[in-house]
Amino acid sequence: MSIDPRPSVIETRLKKVKRVIAVTGWKGGIGKSVTACTLALLLAKKGYKTGLFDLDFAGASDHLVLGAKGIFPKEEMGLEPPVYEGVKFMSVVFFSENKAVPLRGANVSDAIIELLAITQWGELDFLVLDMPPGINDAALDVMRFAKGAEVLAVTTPSLLAHDVLDRSLELYRGLKLPVLGVVENMSEGAGRKAAASMRRDPGLEKALGRPKALLATRFAADLERAARKLKLF
Amino acid sequence: MHEWALAESVIKAAVEHAADQKLRKLNEAGVVFGELQAIDGEIFSFALEELRKQFPAAAACKFKIIKEPAAFRCKACAHEFPLKGLKKTKDEAEFIHFVPEMAHTFLKCPKCKSPDFEIARGRGVSISYIKGRK
Repeated sequence: MSIDPRPSVIETRLKKVKRVIAVTGWKGGIGKSVTACTLALLLAKKGYKTGLFDLDFAGASDHLVLGAKGIFPKEEMGLEPPVYEGVKFMSVVFFSENKAVPLRGANVSDAIIELLAITQWGELDFLVLDMPPGINDAALDVMRFAKGAEVLAVTTPSLLAHDVLDRSLELYRGLKLPVLGVVENMSEGAGRKAAASMRRDPGLEKALGRPKALLATRFAADLERAARKLKLF
Repeated sequence: MHEWALAESVIKAAVEHAADQKLRKLNEAGVVFGELQAIDGEIFSFALEELRKQFPAAAACKFKIIKEPAAFRCKACAHEFPLKGLKKTKDEAEFIHFVPEMAHTFLKCPKCKSPDFEIARGRGVSISYIKGRK
C-alpha cells in the first residue's frame, strides 16, 4: 500500500476561497500570464481579497509581469504566500532561484499537488490560477483538485489560436467545467467567439514589471471592461 | 513549520482511508519519510499530536515513522545513484524540502550531469499501511 496523503487536504486549503478563476490558453505567447496577473491586480485594486498562483512551472513569468522581487512565502502551518501589491502570490520561482525547472509531466503534477497541499491561502474572494499551457497531467490535476474552478480562456485573433480554443472548449464541456468566458487578446476588432477583447497595446511591454503602470495601460482598461462584462465585479 | 501542512494531510488521509475500509478506530499507520524531502520528524510528530484532537478516529493511532532512502535513476544514461554525495547548498536543500521536484533544478546525475532523472524512491511523505478495528 502507498497512499499519497496530499490530495486529502487540498480541498481544505481552498475552503475559504470563494471563486477560483483558471486562466487558460492552449497556445504559448498569447498573453495568458499578463492577463492572469493584470486580472489579479484589478481585483485587488477593487478591494477583493485576491490570490495569484503561477502554475506554468516550465515558463513561470508572473513574477516578471508583477516585478515581484525579494519576497518569499512565510512558514506558518504550511506556506503563506507573500502579499505583493495587494495580491497573495505563489510561484515555483520562489524555490528555483529563477533557474530552469526541467520537469517531466508527472513531476510537474507532483510539484503542483505539493504546493496546493501546503499553501495556506486563507480567506480569498478570488484565486486566479495562471494555468500551464495546453492540456496535460498538470492542467487536468489542477482542474480535478480546484473543484468549481471557472475557466477564463484566452485566445488571439490567429486562426491557429481559435482552432485550439475550439478544441479546448469542447474538452471543458466534456469535463463539465464551468467556462466563465473567452477573452481575445491582441485583438484587432470584435472577437469571433470572445465575450470581450483586449486590443493590441504597444505600451504593454514597457509596463511589464511595474504594477501601477500595468494597471494604467489600455490593455488593463480593456480587461477591466471584459471582467465587468463577465460579471467578475 | 511546513511539516504541519503535511502532517495534516497524513492524518486526514488516514482517517478517510479508514472510513473507506469501514474501520471505526485507527490503531497504527506507517508514515514514510522520503530522504529527499528531509522532513523534521520532531515537528511532524508534534503536529500529529496536536492534530489528532480534531480527528477522533485517530485519537489513539500510533504513527510509525519509516525512513526511506532516496534513489535516483538517470533517464539519459540509466545510471542509478543515491542522494548521498550529491552537492547542494543550504538554500537549495531548503527549496527541495519544500518542493522535492526542485531536485531536478539543483541536482545532476553524477555520471553524465543530466537533470533528467527519475526519483525512484524516497521522494516525500506517504502512508505505507493502516491498521484499525471495525
